[in-house]
Amino acid sequence: MPLAVDIISWVLIVLGSFFTVVGGIGLVRMPDVYTRMHAASVTDTLGGGMLILGMMLQAGFSLVTLKLLFILGLFFFFAPVVTHALAQAALHENVEPELAEDRRGRADAPGGSGRQP
Amino acid sequence: MFTVAVIAVLITLALALTRAILGPTVFDRVLAGNSVGTLAILLLAVIGFLTGRPEFLDIGLTYGLLNLIGTLAVLKFFRHGDLAYDVEEERRP
Repeated sequence: MPLAVDIISWVLIVLGSFFTVVGGIGLVRMPDVYTRMHAASVTDTLGGGMLILGMMLQAGFSLVTLKLLFILGLFFFFAPVVTHALAQAALHENVEPELAEDRRGRADAPGGSGRQP
Repeated sequence: MFTVAVIAVLITLALALTRAILGPTVFDRVLAGNSVGTLAILLLAVIGFLTGRPEFLDIGLTYGLLNLIGTLAVLKFFRHGDLAYDVEEERRP
């Protein structure tokens, strides 16, 4: 039984490391602010979540597990708040998202209410 | 096994710092700063397990709370130019 828990936690930690690096690469390679936010959320949720779950399995049932659970909840509640605030601030400063087609001036344009030219 | 996680977090920290230096707008830098905060929490936790003393988790929790407040404060400062901005002042004639 302990061997199975060890194997599961190792798999979780390796996968978490992989997704952390994937988020970092996306943070550098993506073309504009909004897609970079998407890449950074991979690091926050998948990377951090899997690393912390793996560490929780390594810690066993103790106070450390509870603290790791608090850190996990902190990630899951605060990362969307920060991303939302960042996207709203960027839209307010008229940072244009890069789109495949020019959707400005169309009736179903995103964020078109009150910001017509 | 924790060594792999430490190396991965350090690589990602370097990439986030690259974006913070390169970033064309201020929002790229704020995003990279927030990522650096998240990775610092992960690094604290993993190094605690690597050295067998997981007492750094309290520092990680505090750092997470400070990270949220810091990011929101920077965003508010760049939007209003003032941390003590009051919405009611704008509505008054």
